Order: sequence, then C-alpha cells, then structure tokens
Amino acid sequence: MSELLHVSSNPHVREENTTSNIMFDVLLALMPAAVFGVWHFGWHAALLIAVTMFTCVLTEYIYEKAMHRTVTIKDMSAALTGLLLALNLPPELPVWMAVLGGVFAILVVKQLFGGLGQNFMNPALGARCFLLISFTQAMTTFTHVDAITGATPLATLKAGGEVDVMNMFVGNIGGTIGETSAVALILGALYLLAKQIIDWRIPTFYIGTFAVFILIQQFAIGNGLNLEFLAAQICGGGLLLGAFFMATDYVTSPITPKGKIIFGVALGILTALFRLYGGSAEGVSYAIIICNLVVPLIEKVTLPKAFGR
Amino acid sequence: MAKLTFLGGVHPRDGKELSKDAQVIEVLPQGDLVYPLSQHIGAPANPIVKKGDRVLVGQLIGEAEGFVSANIHASVSGTVKAIEPRTVANGSKIMSVIVENDGLYEEAPLLETTETEEKEQILDLIRQAGIVGMGGAGFPTHVKLAPKDASAIEYIIVNGAECEPYLTSDYRRMLDTPELIVEGLELVLKLFINAKGIIAVEDNKKDCIKKLTAAAAENSRIEVVTVKTKYPQGGERALIFATTGRKINSDMLPSDVGCIVNNLDTIYEIRRAVVERKPLISRLVTVTGDAVVNPANFLVRLGTNHQEVAEAAGGFHCEPEKIISGGPMMGVAMYTLDVPVTKGSSAILAMKEDEVAKAQQQETNCINCGRCVSGCPGRVIPSRLADFAKQRNREMFEKYQGMECCECGCCSYICPAKRNLTQAIKTYRREILALRKMKK
Repeated sequence: MSELLHVSSNPHVREENTTSNIMFDVLLALMPAAVFGVWHFGWHAALLIAVTMFTCVLTEYIYEKAMHRTVTIKDMSAALTGLLLALNLPPELPVWMAVLGGVFAILVVKQLFGGLGQNFMNPALGARCFLLISFTQAMTTFTHVDAITGATPLATLKAGGEVDVMNMFVGNIGGTIGETSAVALILGALYLLAKQIIDWRIPTFYIGTFAVFILIQQFAIGNGLNLEFLAAQICGGGLLLGAFFMATDYVTSPITPKGKIIFGVALGILTALFRLYGGSAEGVSYAIIICNLVVPLIEKVTLPKAFGR
Repeated sequence: MAKLTFLGGVHPRDGKELSKDAQVIEVLPQGDLVYPLSQHIGAPANPIVKKGDRVLVGQLIGEAEGFVSANIHASVSGTVKAIEPRTVANGSKIMSVIVENDGLYEEAPLLETTETEEKEQILDLIRQAGIVGMGGAGFPTHVKLAPKDASAIEYIIVNGAECEPYLTSDYRRMLDTPELIVEGLELVLKLFINAKGIIAVEDNKKDCIKKLTAAAAENSRIEVVTVKTKYPQGGERALIFATTGRKINSDMLPSDVGCIVNNLDTIYEIRRAVVERKPLISRLVTVTGDAVVNPANFLVRLGTNHQEVAEAAGGFHCEPEKIISGGPMMGVAMYTLDVPVTKGSSAILAMKEDEVAKAQQQETNCINCGRCVSGCPGRVIPSRLADFAKQRNREMFEKYQGMECCECGCCSYICPAKRNLTQAIKTYRREILALRKMKK
C-alpha cells in the first residue's frame, strides 16, 4: 500500500450531528416565532432581528481575530444568540440599543468567559437583563398592533384587568418580538422535541411547576380553580419562549437527568414568585439567569449512579 | 411486551447488509503461519516446539502457562521456521511460532482426556483445545466455566447479539449451524446443574431467532431470547441486564449474580472440542467495508496473514484510509495488514474514508448537550470524565465513577462537538488500573 493507513482509538465511526447542525435546527425552530413577530410588529422588528444577529456574529469574529483564536462563527451559536436576543426585545427599541445588547451578549457573557460552552449564563438573557436595567423605559415600552403604546396582557392582569386568552394564544397582543405567539413557539418547540434536540424534562417541569404554583395561589386567595388566569399566565410574557428555547440552552442547564428536573422546578417556582409578588409583571428572564448560576451546584448534588452501583 | 434491552446505547449504521448473505468460504493459507503465544488474557503460552520441528494440524505448539492461560495449536502441517516476536493486530510485538505450510494438512491425533467424570472431561477438553472468549476479550473459557460454586450459576447466556456494526460471522454461524450452537450450550449446561441456557439474539436477526428456536425446541432448559437491536447490546453488563434484569458493576464478575456469558463462537468451539475432539485452529472472519471488492465471511485458519484474507475477498477497489481489526465501535485500527489472524479476530473492516479524521476538523468546545450522558450504558457523565482525564485529576475522575467505563465508544460516536471522549477516558482509566496494580 502506497499510502499510510490511519490509526486512532475506537470508535471509528461518528454520528452525523454536529454543533452547527444543532444550532441550525434551533434557528429553524425559532422561525415561526420570528416570522410572526415581523408580520405582527412590522419592519422595525425585522431590522432589529437582522441587526442583532449581525452584531453578535461580528463581535465574535472581531474578538476571536483580535485574540488570535480559531474563529467559530461557523458553528452558528453567535447567530442563534443574536436571534434569541432580538426575540426578547420590544419591537420599537432603538437600533443602537440592540447593537449594544448584542455586543454585551457575545463579548461580556460569552467570550470573556472562554467562548462556546464556557459561559455561565445564557448570553441572550444576560444581555436582555443588562438592557432592562440600563434602559428600563425603552425596554418596557410595548407597542400594540395598531401602534398605540399599551400594557402587555401580563401587566393588565397584574393590575387586575381582563385579557383575551385566545388573542394571547395566537399572538395578537403586545410584547417582545418573539414572545407573543404561543402557537408559533409551540410549533418550534415540537420540532425540537421531535428531533430530540431539547430534553423534555426542563420545559415540562418548568411549566408544570409554574402551573401548579399559580393554581394553588389563585385557590388560596379565593379565586377557586382559575383556569383562565392560568392560561393567560402560560401564554403571556416570555414563559414559552423561555421554557423551550432559553432554559433548555445546553451550556447553562444541568447535564444530569435529575438535575434537569430540579432546574425546571426551581424555574417554575421563581418565575411564579416574580410574576405574582415581584415589582414587574415579567419574571422569566431573571428566573432563568438566576438558575443558570446554580447549575454547577445542581449538578453536584445530582451525580447519577453508575450502572450496577 | 417491551423489548428486552438496557439504558443508554446508540444506533450506528449497521452495514451488515454488505456481507450477511455471503456464504462462508474457506481460505487456505499460502504463506507462512504466525501463531502469537499470547492470544488471550493471562500468561502467554510456553512454546514446546523448536526451529526445524515438523508440526501437524491441531498439534499443540504452545502450552498454557499456569491456570489463567491457553494452549496454542498449529492450524496447518509444516515446519517450524522460527520463534520470534511478530506484530499483531493491536500493533504490539508478541513472541510467536512461525510455521512454513507444507500444504499437506496432515492431522495430529484427536484430543484425549484422562478424566473419568463427564463434567471433568468437558472442562479438560475445553482447556486442552485452547478455547478463549472469541468476541475479542480472549478470556480463557475453562477458567470462566470453573467458578467457585458451579451450583450457584443460574444462567448461561450465549451472546448472539452481534451488536457491533458490520460483523456478520456470528450471524452466519447461527443461520448455518443452529443445532451445533444448541448442542454446545447443552454441553455447558451439563457443568451447571441449576442453570438455564439463554441464547440472546438482536431482533434484526429474525431468521436466526427462528432457526435457533426450532433447534432448541426439545430442550426445556434452553430459551432463545430476542433483545432489542442497539449498540452495545452484546456488552456483558448490558446483556446480563437485558436477559435477567441483574446488574453488575466493574468490580463484579457475572458469576457474582449467577450468570456466565459466552460468545456464540466460543460455544461453537466448545462443541467441536468436546464432541469432535478438535482444538481451536480456525475461526470465522468477516471481511467488509466500503473499500472491499467482495465483502464476505471466511473460515480462516488461525495464523493466516490478514493480507491473504483480504485478498480472498477480492482485495480493495480503492486505497482504504483505515483498516480495522474487528468492528467500527470497538475494533482496533491496524497500521499494516501483515499481521496474523488470532482467536479474537472477528473481522477486517476496510474503510474508504476515515470518519474520525473528518470529524477532527469539525471539533468544537463541549456544548454540554448531554448526548453522551444519555448514550452511556455505564450511566456516567463522559464529557466531565474526559475533562478530568485531560487534567489528570484522578480524585474527581474516580468520584465521577470513571472506572465504570466499558470503552464501548458510544460517547465519542454520538458527540456533536466531535470530541474524542472514549479515547481520553479509556486511556486515563487504563493508567489508573495499572497504577492500582503496581501498588498491590
């Protein structure tokens, strides 16, 4: 034989899935929500999505070039962070704020901690919370379909008002670009679950715990079995977007099966507490980044038992 | 009914269609035959011939050294040319007896036993025949079949899963001679009065299950069990769990939970030794892969050069990038074909393209996706273990139960970041095992 044979340790075959395939699938799964957002809120939403994604990819490229590291923009994780961040922004946000958010997500939350796989919290949510603290006014101004600024359904609920659950399910309400349409988000989530890209445990226990908490609280304050309130709470705000697309972020969620359950339960309780008793009508972003921080602890106490031990 | 299986595992492309329908063809060796004196776990055999001696087919040429060791026999008649170290499939050099084939195939006398009791006769013949686990591990069978308390053994499990992709030699054995497998198992069952015989076959080999079931119909002690097609279903721990629901860890032996697992080919050879009184001198080898002209199954005399076996399959229609002894998941990559077929050589797999090299270019950081965790049959966390192995952090490696790794390769196979998890864990684990041994 003229050429040398390859020698390596077993196994000698590899599955086709790659990191970029997975990221691409998540991007694909977010398309219904993104398209709905653009259709619902108009072209400024599209501009924000494009700008944020571009900023994230460019930030990663410049940083890695400057640091003489391998450029990893092809793995599509930066693009995904950009899209997730954009979907979490109000549709009328000034473009420069979105750019700032994108830079913060990639530079501060992701790259300064070592890049892909090393970030301690979800970069998109980290950036959203950063923007929320810095520009509270702009980040909490939500336009309606008819371009009239108004309260989101959750804010209305918090103030004791009535909302239309059907509108919330379809997405015909105010909110951030990607969070309004429950049906679009569920469509994407089903795709990810079917392709086994995300694990069922985190969203199931997250939403399940949240629902139980809400029902008990409603019962306790004398509202009885308040299913309508529950439905509005689940469809409203960032719960579905958070539970299926952000809490399930591999890097910032526990790797152990039991850990995923604990993580989901903690998220459900925190989100419900923030929404019902907190100062804001929302709670998903803060709940997720707080739980991101305790992931190492959760993993430590949920080490699986090896087979036969 | 839920299919019998285990937790974890992966579904690699099975590739068995390449060679499964090819009838077994015998390959007669042309060149010299090389008999490494260590084709088993335990002490190497002691050569009892010298240069210039004439040997016959089936003649003992290497004698087992101590209890955990195995005899080596000549597979052709001819003259001993040399006794010197030769390269084997895993790349190491092992002292070997080299025999020049005279092409006469003159046979040595059949095996004889001086034992009087039937059980002792069976064990003695197995020992004499030099039979070892033929799935690749090569543990001497006479040692395995002599546990401390034979009456405590409840299950004799025959591993007909053949979960390793591409391999079809066990498939051919089951299809061609199911009655001989059953007969072999019946002999083993004579050693264990309280045991039930189980032949476990994956559900992608329905034809084998049918034939074996028919062959075993008259024996109430033998059951043919269908297990789910999933890699590594034929792993010892996975198979015991699937068929009996019992669990063993890395510190235990199957006999601790009343089980003994034997490879299908081993059972076949046991029958041959006990009934036909013939030692282990040949085995089935699958030659397959996308670089092979005619993928097929061959009956090969031990000691035959791999090159000759590959040529029997028509050689390669293109330069293979990688050639593996065994299957793609647990086989060993060979840097040369100039190595002999030994008792554990189940296949020659020649691949046009090395997927590992391709994957290397796509390697990214771990994204913590957990696929390795769900794929691991040992139920540990391969991604963390690989990190600890690279940091040489023995304390954490052992705390995270890295010693439970069975080197099956599922984690590396399934990793989307294309990290070489198995390699890292396996290397460090073996190092720790060696350190432990040194301390003793």
